Amino acid sequence: MTTYADYTTGEPVVDTKAPAGPINERWDKRRFEAKLVNPANRRKHTVIVVGTGLAGGSAGATLAEQGYHVVQFCYQDSPRRAHSIAAQGGINAAKNYRNDGDSVHRLFYDTVKGGDFRARESNVHRLAQISVEIIDQCVAQGVPFAREYGGLLDTRSFGGVQVSRTFYARGQTGQQLLLGAYQALSRQIAAGNIEMHPRTEMLDVIVVDGRARGIVARDLITGKISTYFADAVVLASGGYGNVFYLSTNAMNSNATAIWRAHRRGAYFANPCFTQIHPTCIPRTGDHQSKLTLMSESLRNDGRIWVPKAKGDDRPPNRIPEDERDYYLERIYPSFGNLVPRDIASRAAKNVCDEGRGVGPGGQGVYLDFADAIKRMGRKAVEAKYGNLFDMYQRITDEDPYEVPMRIYPAVHYTMGGLWVDYDLQTTVPGLFAIGEANFSDHGANRLGASALMQGLADGYFVLPATINDYLARNPHKDEVGDDHPVVQEVLAETEDRLNLLLSVDGDRTPDSFHRELGELMWEFCGMARTDSGLRKALERIPQIREEFWRRIKVPGTGEEFNQSLEKANRIVDYLELAELMCLDALHRSESCGGHFREESQTPDGEAARKDDEFGYAAAWEFTGTGEAPTLHKEDLVFEYVHPTQRSYA
Amino acid sequence: MKLTLRVWRQKNADADGAMSTYEVDGISPDMSFLEMLDTLNEGLILKGEDPVAFDHDCREGICGACSLVINGDAHGPERTTTCQLHMRSFKDGDTIDIEPWRASAFPVVKDLVVDRSAFDRIIQAGGYITAPTGAAPEAHATPVPKPDADFAFEHAECIGCGACVAACPNGAAMLFTSAKVNHLNVLPQGAPERESRVLDMVAQMDEEGFGGCTLTGECATACPKGIPLMSITSMNKEWLRATRKVSKR
Repeated sequence: MTTYADYTTGEPVVDTKAPAGPINERWDKRRFEAKLVNPANRRKHTVIVVGTGLAGGSAGATLAEQGYHVVQFCYQDSPRRAHSIAAQGGINAAKNYRNDGDSVHRLFYDTVKGGDFRARESNVHRLAQISVEIIDQCVAQGVPFAREYGGLLDTRSFGGVQVSRTFYARGQTGQQLLLGAYQALSRQIAAGNIEMHPRTEMLDVIVVDGRARGIVARDLITGKISTYFADAVVLASGGYGNVFYLSTNAMNSNATAIWRAHRRGAYFANPCFTQIHPTCIPRTGDHQSKLTLMSESLRNDGRIWVPKAKGDDRPPNRIPEDERDYYLERIYPSFGNLVPRDIASRAAKNVCDEGRGVGPGGQGVYLDFADAIKRMGRKAVEAKYGNLFDMYQRITDEDPYEVPMRIYPAVHYTMGGLWVDYDLQTTVPGLFAIGEANFSDHGANRLGASALMQGLADGYFVLPATINDYLARNPHKDEVGDDHPVVQEVLAETEDRLNLLLSVDGDRTPDSFHRELGELMWEFCGMARTDSGLRKALERIPQIREEFWRRIKVPGTGEEFNQSLEKANRIVDYLELAELMCLDALHRSESCGGHFREESQTPDGEAARKDDEFGYAAAWEFTGTGEAPTLHKEDLVFEYVHPTQRSYA
Repeated sequence: MKLTLRVWRQKNADADGAMSTYEVDGISPDMSFLEMLDTLNEGLILKGEDPVAFDHDCREGICGACSLVINGDAHGPERTTTCQLHMRSFKDGDTIDIEPWRASAFPVVKDLVVDRSAFDRIIQAGGYITAPTGAAPEAHATPVPKPDADFAFEHAECIGCGACVAACPNGAAMLFTSAKVNHLNVLPQGAPERESRVLDMVAQMDEEGFGGCTLTGECATACPKGIPLMSITSMNKEWLRATRKVSKR
């Protein structure tokens, strides 16, 4: 007998709105068929955008440029601080500047394959097509990409591909792309086309007569809860990796916007698809508040190894060459150190589980640059990776030019998210989700340098085209205001929730609950998942939730700057989302991409997919806290890339 | 490690503030400075006291949110952001003073949190290239000499944290403003707006109430991203050139 809520299966999702016909004509066709809003009428339409990362920033700037009235929100003190800024390695684009055999079709193919055949072909192909325009757009904005001496753009290779198509700005590509979007956004703010609300956090979405009509948000300085109304709402609030407490996400990145949207009717797709990034700095102790990524680009020149013998605790430089196991190069000779992230992470876990891990607790593997320094010289290595090496040294107090880096996998990205159709619209009409907040393009595993590509594709190009169609077809009839009964209800619910958090006055801090939930999720819903482990987690989560509402302690009041209240309110949503993640992971009894079920593996330990049974995206419908959700399956049709067992050997 | 912290506490923008003293124990040298403050706050919450408010987000030195003056230095003793400062830079038994950025253009919001929206308004005044989405020419149409691209990048690295302002005895924002001016003005794509950019951004900077620059150089010393002091000189040249060019029109 189970003590947790199971699930029921509902109607499948049949229409994704992707046009029929040859895949390379679908996006053109959709754009042509989409209705337009007369430029003179656009001013009359208000669009809310939540978030100012690559997706939200580029969407806000572009919609404002088109003439819409944009009202935009971010919880940070400035839109420039969204966590896209921390992306290091680069952005993919099928420019084929290297003449190395790249093409739109190859980028499409690599992404579908890298995602382990759990992404929607039409969306991925569109992404590959648009990738080319993104680079043009960013260069025009003044993004200082790395260049060669002839003045042309430089590229590098990334995991899971055999061409060099990743454009970069040293180890700070995300920063430079985000500042480009932020500057475009700033131009529109100055022009009066965007009403920007920094330090304001969305707490709920307002759905009236089945359409998204606005949001409830809290001013984080004064604590004032207000309503904002619009003709459409765009969520660009990022992923939910922080459900694990320790992740490479920013401390305040959270799932509240998408989870509240889910509660109001938006389906949540593939919540269990989370990406564990192979190259992060290992944790040092219980005080750890977050994990820091070391860019995947390091795998271009660094070699990953562990000692051949168990428990070999000699310093790395004393371990002779023939006693080292360069396990990625050994197992995957053609991709070597550049296998996709899920495979590299799992391989690291395996060697550590065998007792061959290095560093404190044996939770680490070496990423060694000795050969690269010998081959290229220290100067060249410094020019390529200098800032990453500095960062590593600051955090660990070890010099990676002298001793190999120690790395270990950590939660980094969530491929799952709100279910969206080809137009990036959720199942709530008028509610759109872009960037990491949606689920559509990366399947069960995202390739490196593809998140920046997707965020900007959605924000600069896809959403601005598709939202026109919705706005043109759905002229809003009645004004909605604070006096509308639905709005009053949403407002009251939000205020009650915050008041309850403040009134419990228990004996445990928000962080202590977040940490407990995170450890549980890492153990049972992390790199390797089992039926029994997931069932344990599913029994434990409702207990933590119950304890949370009994013992939480939030100091201060709601009418002031109160960071503890912000945290506690986000944990409320993590405690529900975590349950759905585990349920999704339990129901998907196959392995695919980042979702590895120990029961489903090939004889040599690779993920074994079950295409006949699970060749679908799982879109979950909310039915109530602790209630059995309803599963809607979107069958994935592969017309162009035939699903095979991924092989990187 | 056991430490004594003297922390600036201020209920809100209108309230008076004062330094309060706290003891923290069990601090590991591997902790980041902010994790040390987390430890302090966990204790304060359980005692029913108001935890210390401070800005932070990415905790990997790139978002620019964290902003503490530690023992009188913006971001503390190492040349890095507060979040990348580790407790191994301190000794057991130390007393550490922790204050917010001090500048009239950065009013205190609460405790160690300040309002840096003036920086956003400087960027809004001209810190961009007008490049409407979809209208961009092919990326390779305009090659950019590598030295120019590198110069642009070096200045584009600014994270907008405000340490330069906090460190400056005059509370000037010249390093921040010049970093953006130089990043965009050196690129061929930035050329059409070269003059208006520098003139408008400098005018906005003055309007926000930042102090004047006396080339003390504290800004460049405090900058966690190493924006060079020469950045200010380059901007001054740009400004002079723009004034002359615009007056001739």
